[in-house]
Amino acid sequence: MIIKILGSGCKNCTALLDNTKTALKELGKEAEIVKVEDFKEIMAYGVMTTPALVIDEKVVSSGKVLKTQEISGIISGL
Amino acid sequence: MFIFTWFNDQILRMEWLYNLIKVLVEKVFGLSMNSKIGGSLHFFMYDVIKIFILLSILIFFISYIQSFFPPERTRKILGRFNGFTANVLGALLGTLTPFCSCSSIPLFIGFTNAGIPIGVTFSFLISSPLVDLASVILLASIFNWKISIAYVLVGLILAVIGGTIISKAKLEEYVEPFVYGSMMQEADQEELTVRERLIYSREQVATIVKRVWLYVLIGVGIGAAIHNWIPENVITALLGQDKWYSVLLATIVAIPMYADIFGTLPIAEALVLKGVGIGTALAFMMGVIALSLPSMVMLKKVVKTKLLVIFAGLVATGIIIIGYIFNIFGGLLI
Repeated sequence: MIIKILGSGCKNCTALLDNTKTALKELGKEAEIVKVEDFKEIMAYGVMTTPALVIDEKVVSSGKVLKTQEISGIISGL
Repeated sequence: MFIFTWFNDQILRMEWLYNLIKVLVEKVFGLSMNSKIGGSLHFFMYDVIKIFILLSILIFFISYIQSFFPPERTRKILGRFNGFTANVLGALLGTLTPFCSCSSIPLFIGFTNAGIPIGVTFSFLISSPLVDLASVILLASIFNWKISIAYVLVGLILAVIGGTIISKAKLEEYVEPFVYGSMMQEADQEELTVRERLIYSREQVATIVKRVWLYVLIGVGIGAAIHNWIPENVITALLGQDKWYSVLLATIVAIPMYADIFGTLPIAEALVLKGVGIGTALAFMMGVIALSLPSMVMLKKVVKTKLLVIFAGLVATGIIIIGYIFNIFGGLLI
C-alpha cells in the first residue's frame, strides 16, 4: 500500500501525516508514506483543497485533517 | 420593532455581557471603569468573550451553508458564465466557498485549468477573505447594520471591479506557464447527508477557533491599549478625520500585516472610539485582511511579479478610495 499526503508543507499537512502514521501503527500495518509537495503533482490528483490523502493513487479525502480514527476506518475498509 | 431592538442589543451587541463585566470590574476587582486599568480590562474581557461566542455560533451556521459550496462546485458554476456576470458570481461565491489562504494555489490552478478567466478567479480571491459571512454579523455587532451592509457592498464591488480590470487587461501571459500545463482530473463529488454537514460544521468551528484565537487575543489587546493607554491627541494627529493622509497611512501600515477579520475588528473598533474616521478604520481593516505578505508570497508561485503588483495595486487603490468615501459619507451611517 502506498499512501500519499498532498500539501505544500503547511501545518495541516504535517498533522495529517502524523495522524496517518499513528493510524498505521495502531492497525499494525505497513505502508509506504510519501509526502507530495510539488503543485504540479498535487494538481494531477484533481484536488483543490489541501491537505489531501491518497491511498494507492485514489483520493480518499481532501481539504481536511482526518483524525487517526477516520484514517483507520478508511484503511480497514479497503 | 421592539423584538428587533431587543435582539440587536442583547443578542448581537450583548449588552448583558457588557453590564456583567462592568459589575465584575467595579465590584470584584474594585476598579473604576474610568481608570486606565479598569477601562482596558473591561474592553479586553468584554470583546474577547463576545467575539468568541459570536465566532463559534456563526461559524457553525456558516459552515453548514458553505458545505453546499465546495470549491469543485463553485468551479463548475463559474465555468458556465462569462464576462461581467462571471466576475459578479466569482465575488459572491468567494463569500460562500469555504477557503483558507493555504489553499489559494491549488484553487488558483484548479480554476484556471477549468478555463475560468483569471479575472474571475481574482474576483473570488479578493472577496473571499474580505467579505466573510461572519464579518457581516460581527460588524453589525460592533458598529451597526448600516455600516455592515455598506461594508459588504463595497467589498463586493471592489472584488468585481478589481477582477474585471484584470480580465480586461489581458494579463494571462503573466501567469506561470505550468499552471496551464497541469493535468487535472475531475474529482468525483459525493452529496453529503445532513448529519455529515453538521459534523463538518462542528469541525470547522474547532479548526477556525484554533486558527484564529491568538489573533483575536492580540487584536483585542491592541484595541484595549489604543482604547485606554494611547492619548487621543496622538491618534487623531496621525489618523484624525481632518487629516487628508489618514486613510493612506492606515492602508500602507496595514498591508504587510497579516490577521483575519476577527482579530482586526477590535482594533478598528478602538480606533473609531478614539475619534478616527470610520473610513480610516475600515481601510486599515481591509488592508490587513485582503493584502498580506504571506498571501503574496503564496500567489507569487503561480503568477509573475507584474500581475502580482497589478493585483496588489488595484486592491490597495480600491481600499483607499473606499476609505475616503466612508470618511465623507460616514456621518450618514452612524
